Amino acid sequence: MNFDLSEDQQAIRDAARELLAARYPLAEVRRLAYEDGAEDAGWAEIAELGWPGIAVPEDQGGQGLGVLELVVLAEETGRALAPAALRSTWWAAALLTAAGEAERLAGGRRGAVAHGGGEVAARDGTLHGEKRLVLDVPGADVLVVDGRWVVDPAAAEVETVPALDATRPLATVRFDGTPAEALAGDALDHAWLVNRLACAAESVGVAQRALDMAVTHAKERRQFDRPVGSFQAVSHRCAQMLLEVEGARTVVQWAGWALDHAPEEAELATHAAHAYASDCGVRVTQSALQVLGGLGFTWEHDLHLFLKRARANAHALGSAADARERIADRLL
Amino acid sequence: MDLSPSPSETAFREELRAWLAEHHPGPTPPGEAAGFEHRRNWQRTVHARGWAGLTWPQEYGGAGASLVEQAIFSEELARARAPQLANVLGLTMGGPTVIAHGTEAQKARFLAPILSADEIWCQGFSEPGAGSDLAALRTRAVREDGGYRVSGQKVWTTYAHNAKWCMLLARTNPDAPKHRGLTYFLLDMEQDGVEARPLRQITGEAEFNELFLDGAWIPDDGVVGGVDRGWSVAITTLMHERAGLAFTLQVDVQIALRQLIDRAREQGADPLVRDRLAQLWIEAQVLRLTAYRGLTRMRDGAPGPEGSLGKWHWAEVNQALTELAIELGGPAAQLGDDLWAHRWLRARANSIEGGTTEILKNIVAERVLGLPRAP
Repeated sequence: MNFDLSEDQQAIRDAARELLAARYPLAEVRRLAYEDGAEDAGWAEIAELGWPGIAVPEDQGGQGLGVLELVVLAEETGRALAPAALRSTWWAAALLTAAGEAERLAGGRRGAVAHGGGEVAARDGTLHGEKRLVLDVPGADVLVVDGRWVVDPAAAEVETVPALDATRPLATVRFDGTPAEALAGDALDHAWLVNRLACAAESVGVAQRALDMAVTHAKERRQFDRPVGSFQAVSHRCAQMLLEVEGARTVVQWAGWALDHAPEEAELATHAAHAYASDCGVRVTQSALQVLGGLGFTWEHDLHLFLKRARANAHALGSAADARERIADRLL
Repeated sequence: MDLSPSPSETAFREELRAWLAEHHPGPTPPGEAAGFEHRRNWQRTVHARGWAGLTWPQEYGGAGASLVEQAIFSEELARARAPQLANVLGLTMGGPTVIAHGTEAQKARFLAPILSADEIWCQGFSEPGAGSDLAALRTRAVREDGGYRVSGQKVWTTYAHNAKWCMLLARTNPDAPKHRGLTYFLLDMEQDGVEARPLRQITGEAEFNELFLDGAWIPDDGVVGGVDRGWSVAITTLMHERAGLAFTLQVDVQIALRQLIDRAREQGADPLVRDRLAQLWIEAQVLRLTAYRGLTRMRDGAPGPEGSLGKWHWAEVNQALTELAIELGGPAAQLGDDLWAHRWLRARANSIEGGTTEILKNIVAERVLGLPRAP
């Protein structure tokens, strides 16, 4: 039994952290979020490194690594707040993999997934209806709808809507006789678990970065002739954040390992990770804002980018309370 | 990362289970003295198999087992509802401290009787005026020819009335800064000048004692780790306490949680209770995984400040668990002889004993996050 990441997993983490810090300083994250038509110059490199297909089997053009490796990478994209086309692509890839069609994302093509809100009906190989709150559609090459159909997003009507987390574009997608290909595959549940877990892992990274910001500030900011971090009202708040971030990371990695190696505990573990990391992300970013004081409330400070991502993640795929209800269902 | 047990770990667990099925001593009899003798005999049975001091090096009579094996041992004993070993403080704190800081003569003298439970150990750190601010303790050890004469008062001394040896922290240099004038002694409890009085707690039981020292004698060879250097030795003891107990405690949480889930299933759970139960289950998984992760980090060295995080979290979870359980009792929770009422009362101490949650947060803030010291 060994709870440390392997050398390979650590190498993935370290390389990702370094590259993402270099390609996505927060000024670049802001530019991509708030500048109309800004192009993500880092994507080509990310695709070249094989990150979009990290957990896709080699015979479908991926790297053939596990969910745990994906989770390690997702925490780093959260920490960097890197443009999240990666996460939507992972989700699309997981759905397509289940159908044996992950090759559709070869060559750095980006995926998006429409699920949840809105009704869609299929007639004679075409889709009709609309899906709401769809992430990362602008720029996507492949859109998977309700886990059952594949469409070319260019053939649908895409209306972007204002997003709380501006680092990820949010859209309503309308289908009016849009050509669609049916997707086979019976492993969709697995894809949903992987996606929930990737989201949870990202929230761990988001929370970790917010904690780092709070601790740095608490060491440097002086009031009453002392660093504010020497006051227990502040330092205990930071300790609480650490408790939650460490706990969330631990559960997320457990679930990642379970999805790869222990299917009998994978579902419960993923719900646990989803619930704990969602709460952790929201609470820790909110708490970090309190430590930063008025500074954290300014647009100029970067914390709000993390606050908003954490909040969006906590709502994107079902609430923490939903996940806990699924756990209670199994326990009772 | 590989969370599945290795073949040798699985083999150890199976061997242990089979052995426990054969040697389980049965339920602990009522009465303090009878209960203690029961646990002492149980430790002797375990020792005869070579499993007392499981992780101690073989040269000191231990089994030289890995920390994961120690964890498996704790899990299986808890699962089998086997009693605690009588000399738990000697095994988890005293022995490791002597191994880390003691002289060869001390190792030869003290370690074997800890394992055999022939000599029970207790811990004399806290005082009425020195709890969280442990280094402010005032028990004085005055130098005389050949040793030290000790006077003062200790409190929260578990097993004092059964103990032969006390890990005693006393002030040898009143002029030095408070952390630098302390010495770590091994005090012989069987002498005039040492009096233990049971301290009744809110559960009605008396797990703890007050310890009154009035001119008690400690010869020079009772000093561990050097005169005036007791603080760092005491830290070793405390870190071993947090790390060593962490595993047993989290296993107890898993067992209590299963009982709570059974109770909720029997009487039906509303959505609020379902939500809290699920959250507790998640937190219990965090405790379990964190305890194992701590073992991985400790493999190459002494326990670190991360153990404080686990102890703090355990206290929170165990308190929340017993609160939910007693709430489920409804009007019957007013009864004084209820199992969960007792557990709920006992859990109140969890965030105080072995380092208050406030002090643990200080340790995490200062030693893990690197924040400046509190005023």
